[in-house]
Amino acid sequence: MTAPTGRTLAVVHAGLGQPSSTRLLADRLAEATGRELEGLGHPATIEMIELRDHAHAVVDAMLTGFPSGDLASAIETITRADGVIAVSPLFTTTYSGLFKSFVDILDKDALTGMPVLLGATGGTPRHSLALEYSMRPLFTYLRADVVTTSVFAATDDWAQAGGQAHGGTSLPERIERAGRSLAALVASREERGAPDDPFAGTPSFLDLLGGD
Amino acid sequence: MQFGIFSVSDVTPDPTTGRTPDDTERVRAMLTIARHADEAGLDVFATGEHHNPPFVASSPTTMLGYLAGVTKDITLSTATTLITTNDPVRIAEEYAMLQVISDGRMDLMMGRGNTGPVYPWFGQDIRQGIPLAIENYALVRRLWTEDVVDWEGRFRTPLQGFTATPRPLDGVPPFVWHGSIRSPEIAEQAAYYGDGFLHNNIFWPMSHTRQMVQFYRQRFEHYGHGRADQAIVGLGGQAFVRKNSQDAWTEFRPYFDNAPVYGHGPSMEDFTRDTPLTVGSPQQVVDRYGSFIDEVGYYQRQMFLIDHAGLPLKTVLEQIDILASDVVPELRRIADAKLPADVPANPPTHAERVAAARAAGDVVATHVGEGGDEFTGRRAEEVRS
Repeated sequence: MTAPTGRTLAVVHAGLGQPSSTRLLADRLAEATGRELEGLGHPATIEMIELRDHAHAVVDAMLTGFPSGDLASAIETITRADGVIAVSPLFTTTYSGLFKSFVDILDKDALTGMPVLLGATGGTPRHSLALEYSMRPLFTYLRADVVTTSVFAATDDWAQAGGQAHGGTSLPERIERAGRSLAALVASREERGAPDDPFAGTPSFLDLLGGD
Repeated sequence: MQFGIFSVSDVTPDPTTGRTPDDTERVRAMLTIARHADEAGLDVFATGEHHNPPFVASSPTTMLGYLAGVTKDITLSTATTLITTNDPVRIAEEYAMLQVISDGRMDLMMGRGNTGPVYPWFGQDIRQGIPLAIENYALVRRLWTEDVVDWEGRFRTPLQGFTATPRPLDGVPPFVWHGSIRSPEIAEQAAYYGDGFLHNNIFWPMSHTRQMVQFYRQRFEHYGHGRADQAIVGLGGQAFVRKNSQDAWTEFRPYFDNAPVYGHGPSMEDFTRDTPLTVGSPQQVVDRYGSFIDEVGYYQRQMFLIDHAGLPLKTVLEQIDILASDVVPELRRIADAKLPADVPANPPTHAERVAAARAAGDVVATHVGEGGDEFTGRRAEEVRS
């Protein structure tokens, strides 16, 4: 398929406050990616999933083994997206428990090959590497295609519009770069389109009997 | 349509009294429940198979063999026979024995089980769950239908010149269901053999059940056993019934809230909406279960889980009475009204299977071993050759 077509970005964040700086970062990453995709001829539909709304359902799903109601729809949205932006607050050195619980109830193959951009928020920049030592391996384990740039936003970053706070680039610049990376990756793929038939991959019985 | 009950045999404290039965009491309660279901006129009693506490049902054919002797009409079945971790030779032998003892008033459901450590405890690898189910069942079938089996596979020691006894009753093996909640490979297996497929959907939304059943039906037709709507389907279910809906909710809620698996998770309101669990009056159960035919097509067996989560025996027996008097007759009426032409109303009985096998010339020998030595049925020189 070469004709420019739309793409769906699923944005999932585990911010708990209202307003939430995690939500704010998720919004910014989605805007930047959407803008870039638009420029590449792939207007993006953005689906925002706030895990706070599904917190009870996530625990229920861990206990019962199946997601119900709105949570099932949210999981379907992510699974069928062309790209995912995942953002968590960092609690006690790593992604939040709610964020991990949500990832835990996804099918192990749900994100295989999925273009993913990671973001995290925290109180101070000293936690920024948590993105690299804990969040990135989580998605690598799920065989997601995680873009190289991930974005950490400390509280101070929100006041450093153009500054060189950490001897590097500013938060808006990092968001732009990350959005460009995810957009390029998503644009390089064909639209996921209709959901896969969940039974399409079932081997025929003679193959099963053959012991393959 | 058949209506029955199944037990997972959990030993769970009664949350309203804190009392926990011991294993002996629980096993005896299951026997009482099965006999009561027979007397009340339910069609099927099925026991699960587990090999770890808090469950007591480790030996299904021992239990069902006893029940065959003390019940009259009820079909005895399993709510999983572990096809993965049991020796397929023992399955073939034990269920043929049960078939003979019960005079054909039995069938069984193959399943893979849901307790990870059972695999290593029985010398198997859980990652091989599907291949074990495929290979072991293929061997069970050969042991039932071939007099003398030479066999070699991946998982079990090879067999040379093996005859499983007793031979199947009237030369026709028991009817087999395959149960799976999530694995289309098992629905494929059931369809390939023209066996029954039971979706025990007690923890699952109907949308998922519908997909699995439709897949099985399509593949059943693909393999030439009949039309998709003629495939043999069973569903799981769960109900708690009192004359007044509110009484049912009040009485069942502490059991729901503390139940194994879903206790301390979703609310009873959410769970009754999302799964077949129905708590309420007889009419509410009838309305809910009477609609499942519209979801999955006419099906032949509806099973209810009614004795779990620490419910006292007295309550379980009352539930059987209410099901048998106020729910099942009405569900039977609905099912009969919705039965399409040329679709089996029930799973095949032994007598029907014998008639079909005779018509097709598929009856196997009811005794093997003429001319062999008196101990092995085979002569030494045959073994040497």
